Amino acid sequence: MAETLTKQDIIKDENIVYKKTGLMTDKVLSYCPGCGHGTTHRLVMEVIDELGAQANTIGIAPVGCSVLAYEFMDIDMQEAAHGRAPALATAIKRLMPDKLVFTYQGDGDLAAIGTGETIHAANRGENITIIFVNNGIYGMTGGQMAPTTLPGMKSSTSPYGRDIKTMGYPLKITELIARLPGTYFVTRQAVHTPANVRKAKKAIRKAFDLQKQNKGLTFVEIVSNCNSGWKMTPVKANQWMVDNMFPFYPLGDIKVDGELVK
Amino acid sequence: MTEEIIIAGFGGQGVLSMGKILAYSGIMQDQEVSWMPSYGPEMRGGTANVTVILSDNRINSPILTQYDTAIILNQQSMDKFESEVKPGGLLLYDPNGIIRPPERKDINIYKIEASKEASNLGLPKIFNMIVLGGYIKVKPIVKLDNVMLGLKKSLPPRYHHMIPDNEKAIKRGLEIVEDVQKV
Amino acid sequence: MAKELRLMKGNEAVAEAAIRAGCDGYFGYPITPQSEVMEYLMAEKPHERTGMVVLQAESELASINMVYGGACCGKKVMTSSSSPGISLMQEGISYLAGAELPCLVVNVVRGGPGLGTIQPSQSDYFQATKGGGHGDYKLITLAPSSVQEMYDFVKVAFDLAFKYRNPAMILSDGAIGQMMEKVVLEDQIPRLTEAEIIKKCPWATTGKTPDRERNIITSLDLDPARQERHNLKLQEKYKKITENEVRYETIDCENAEYIFVAYGTSARICLKALQLAKEKGIKVGLFRPITLFPFPVNQIKEMAGKIKGILSIEMSAGQMIEDIKLAVEGKIKVEHYGKMGGIIPSPNEVLEALEQKIIGG
Repeated sequence: MAETLTKQDIIKDENIVYKKTGLMTDKVLSYCPGCGHGTTHRLVMEVIDELGAQANTIGIAPVGCSVLAYEFMDIDMQEAAHGRAPALATAIKRLMPDKLVFTYQGDGDLAAIGTGETIHAANRGENITIIFVNNGIYGMTGGQMAPTTLPGMKSSTSPYGRDIKTMGYPLKITELIARLPGTYFVTRQAVHTPANVRKAKKAIRKAFDLQKQNKGLTFVEIVSNCNSGWKMTPVKANQWMVDNMFPFYPLGDIKVDGELVK
Repeated sequence: MTEEIIIAGFGGQGVLSMGKILAYSGIMQDQEVSWMPSYGPEMRGGTANVTVILSDNRINSPILTQYDTAIILNQQSMDKFESEVKPGGLLLYDPNGIIRPPERKDINIYKIEASKEASNLGLPKIFNMIVLGGYIKVKPIVKLDNVMLGLKKSLPPRYHHMIPDNEKAIKRGLEIVEDVQKV
Repeated sequence: MAKELRLMKGNEAVAEAAIRAGCDGYFGYPITPQSEVMEYLMAEKPHERTGMVVLQAESELASINMVYGGACCGKKVMTSSSSPGISLMQEGISYLAGAELPCLVVNVVRGGPGLGTIQPSQSDYFQATKGGGHGDYKLITLAPSSVQEMYDFVKVAFDLAFKYRNPAMILSDGAIGQMMEKVVLEDQIPRLTEAEIIKKCPWATTGKTPDRERNIITSLDLDPARQERHNLKLQEKYKKITENEVRYETIDCENAEYIFVAYGTSARICLKALQLAKEKGIKVGLFRPITLFPFPVNQIKEMAGKIKGILSIEMSAGQMIEDIKLAVEGKIKVEHYGKMGGIIPSPNEVLEALEQKIIGG
């Protein structure tokens, strides 16, 4: 019988360049290949891990593609009704102020059905962190128009492109949030290149650090793609995102230390 | 003993607080009590009324259509509640603003010039306490001592400096209530 | 030491009872006729008395979901509202039931449908006892008929909610919420510490420690077979609640020929009607369900064998009567009498209805 190499034979300490994130479970991600959710999950869990906060963190999953986020994140989590995650987070943080509390939400969840909860949690200055993944579409339900869908952008409920005359304008919820006095740090990032991943992680880390200091609501938007919903290959979807999403949703900090960035 | 009372007048006349003090007085003498207000838009300056029941037993319906006693402080309430006094029951009213005095022949009727007296005393806010004094004079179901205890319990401490004036008013009410008709 | 006595509105009694029951959090939104609950709590500064959190939410949607968030952490949390607000909360209540979370929801019912009226009503019986939101679920539903019971049932409801990991509802109405009666206050029960919660609620999301797997609270399961198993487990729980938690009161039922069945304010009206009936020589008693779910089916069924007829008195078009009829199994006549839209029937009207619909009918 031929000797077979085991994982241990191949992966040795001296040749490790990358490790599975400690606080990600062994469950295989259910996201489409090329989707930004997987990377964003990993970044959030890396930050919690680095903060040594597993025992001290409670996360809230939304309704949307990341509805099963709790399957992948190895922390205590709650699954909220569509749009209501900031309400859950509000109560958790008020009842247990020493915990780190975050919501993980998509654009339909946060900027359409949950606009009220988002705005009011932000306006009350709840000491929570919101991770907002914006891919301009309802991914889970099959690519319907979202509040963030760009003008002219096609979706299953705007098959001829979003007509702003009848379907309204895309909502820049992040800019809106930044204007509320209860928010302390508001930023927009992306995870489509290694450089952006590093920046996004820094932003997430900063958001949690500020939460620990009870500074108010911290908000990290990740502009992402939805190659399935957009009906493109992952590479093309990323390029389309750079060409079309970023001009409308420009990356960078929007509010720092409680002050709008000019 | 069970006493079923309606107190009715304008919002702002202290109808509800008079009822509350009466109910607290009942508690002070170990009775069961209920206080059921009309509530809603009426609260804002329209008519206001409250049903107060004091009893030695468990109180059944807190909402009634017939009363042992009606304390009437405006014409609208006279129109509505005169007919709802039980035969042989009691109607006490302040004649101020009453254009059609009670006409029933089968009930005991008393009047009390409470608004006039309150303004004579320069204490318009304790008008309702004069009426209360009149009521416990003609129907001594609660002892004056218990009314004073009830008053103290019912007023938030920040208003306790007003207790002497209230006591004065209640005692004045005891003196000035007049009988109109006894059956 | 003599117990503390206070003259309180039903709504105030709920609030004081919550503080004294060791409630951790109240999340609410104003609506007549129950706004005194939050007003009282805010005035009392419970964060100073016990550390209890009180928060005015931006909507009933938010408040019930705040309750969800707190309940997931094993906290003793509650909200209160009145009919239209409770309708808005139904989605959240369904999630709470699906995720098996203990909490208290107080409904101080007003007349409907729609914006309806602010006056007392009992037209939310179906909503409270048959689920209310989507899916097969039940709330433990308690119906107080006095201010003292408004006070007492807060603790009872919390105890049952945690015993069965199920939302509990106090189904009251505008009359009981707004009226004042004498209340005997219980001593303060301390709020649980985090360590006590972890022990009592090992399922709660209190932060994943190395000694256990992570805790996840969700009402989602995409696998139909597992979802069915979850539903069967819920049904088993409701069966257990039905077997163990029925509460009711009977008055003058021993030698009665006829029975009023009524809860809440209607039961109070019927008590007066009993007096009036006695004067007329009519042998009528009152059966007062205290738990509406579980409904006292067996007790009514047993009673039906001994009497001639039942009149269900409700401030609605007749909702509880369906449960009474199911219990009676057609053995005797069951009729409904009630008022809608915020009108409370008078004791005289109730007695007349008995004479016309049951005795003479």
